[in-house]
Amino acid sequence: MLGEMRQSRLLGLLVAAASSLFLFSLLFGSQTIPVFQTLQETFDDTSSVLALILTEVRLPRALIALFAGATLGLCGAAMQAMLRNPLASPGLIGSASGAALGAVIALYFGSAALSQFSLPLGGILGSLGATLLVYLLAGRNAGTLTLILAGVAINSLALALISLLLNLAPSPYAVQEIVLWMMGSLSNSSMENFWIMLPGTLLGWMLLLRVGRALDALTLGEETAQSMGIDLPRLRWRIFLAVALAVGSAVSVTGAIGFIGLVVPHMLRPFVGYQPGRLLAASALGGAILLLAADILVRLLPAQTEIKVGVVTALVGAPFFLYLIIKSRRYSQ
Amino acid sequence: MSLLRGTTLSLAFDDQPILEAVDIELDKGEMLGLIGPNGAGKSSLLRCLAGSARTDSGVLQLGEQRFEDIPRNERARRIAYLPQQTEVHWPLSVERIIELGRIPHLEPWGKLSERDQQVIESVIADADLLPFRHRPFNTLSGGERARVLLARALAAEPEILLADEPVAALDPAHQLDVMAMLAEHCSQGNAVIVVLHDLRLAAHFCQRLQLLHQGRTLAVGKPGEVLTPDNLENAYQIHLSDRQDAIDTLLNITWKRIPR
Repeated sequence: MLGEMRQSRLLGLLVAAASSLFLFSLLFGSQTIPVFQTLQETFDDTSSVLALILTEVRLPRALIALFAGATLGLCGAAMQAMLRNPLASPGLIGSASGAALGAVIALYFGSAALSQFSLPLGGILGSLGATLLVYLLAGRNAGTLTLILAGVAINSLALALISLLLNLAPSPYAVQEIVLWMMGSLSNSSMENFWIMLPGTLLGWMLLLRVGRALDALTLGEETAQSMGIDLPRLRWRIFLAVALAVGSAVSVTGAIGFIGLVVPHMLRPFVGYQPGRLLAASALGGAILLLAADILVRLLPAQTEIKVGVVTALVGAPFFLYLIIKSRRYSQ
Repeated sequence: MSLLRGTTLSLAFDDQPILEAVDIELDKGEMLGLIGPNGAGKSSLLRCLAGSARTDSGVLQLGEQRFEDIPRNERARRIAYLPQQTEVHWPLSVERIIELGRIPHLEPWGKLSERDQQVIESVIADADLLPFRHRPFNTLSGGERARVLLARALAAEPEILLADEPVAALDPAHQLDVMAMLAEHCSQGNAVIVVLHDLRLAAHFCQRLQLLHQGRTLAVGKPGEVLTPDNLENAYQIHLSDRQDAIDTLLNITWKRIPR
């Protein structure tokens, strides 16, 4: 039986797993690199081939997987806690597809010089807009069904608008680029990408630093939480803004990587005794682990064309989603 | 100086008046029963006192201080609220739920102190929850759940506890258990406002009753003064025979809890 663990022990295990995967991700790939030689060369001469592979190819890819994965896990846990709904996650309630739409618009209209900033900005605005729309559509005390329906509606609207833009795209090359980007991928990551995504990500994380206790209180419902001194409207804004900033920034760099925000909080919940506040940190680490692992798996698969990591997480995540639906159906009967 | 005082509290929802110029007062050590038919405004009044709804007009005071001047956290430490139906959204264990009651006392990053732990332990023991402390909430029976939620509210060590129908859907023995916990809280120098539909429980346990009807106070005072045939007829549309034995029956509970 999976049971509650001490927080320090759980986080220790997760940190150990995340750092091993991070190192593995640095060292493993189409080109195997000898550890010591590479490190030495990196320090001696940053322009050597091994050093370039490490710092220009592997490092940004691993860093982005680490940060984007953590964002997805963290935001999934925060949204599920706030909406008290196990199916709320950035992917399902529109935050991710909104970010994708915003980023596509930025790619489409953004001039080359501006794109560095317009891409994450588009992602953040798109994410915020979509999340708020779903929230307004579903209402404050939305049940699972209403929330999912609102999410479906906004997701399909965002996808329809993306399709429209693709439809109108001037060159087939641009279409292909956008489609591939939307599948969600970490290949072709550069340090520049990482720097682009970093500010929004860190800002979003910082906003979520102190919400744990309020989310714990929300376990007992909104009225009780308010009577316990929680400023509910402020909490809501804080979380929406945080999710928009962090998910918007991540998605604008990696494309849509689905299901991590849904799956990870679920897997870790029993280990934290179902306490939403404790789940946040664990879920962030869990998200990083899952995305790093998925990205390593993608590199291991013997395929002619590299399988996109977003495709892998969706292939694993969708059946898990089905399992959750079946489980909740049985629960409600 | 009364512990809690509300003066001319009014609240409307979509132009529909919910509360109209209601006064309420609570003294130290007192259990005040809020009674009245469904839709009389009892729960709304309690929500306003708990800070989860705002009155449109009127003045709320805690001791000498106005509600608006008291920081959120301090108010949460002094007033605990037990809503009518509390859902627990995740299958937390009994102990973890009761720990939530200490939230108003904790620093944002602080852990439970030794004192917090002591309070939690004594609340768990007082509520007879020792055998259940590690059980997930969703596996408990209705009576056990009611005790857990009440224990959560008491864990905040509030001067004032606001309980909205805490005995609804409980069997007679569990009803007496919960009322006894509330009475015990009052006897420790605190005060309780409790919404009740069971007039006998109200008459037996509360020092004063306040009868609400259509958003107004119809009567307030000692149980015998409030539960008169006239008042019951006006508020509840029920007829109580004027014979003294009928009134005696209403004012007395003829059963007792067998000690466990």
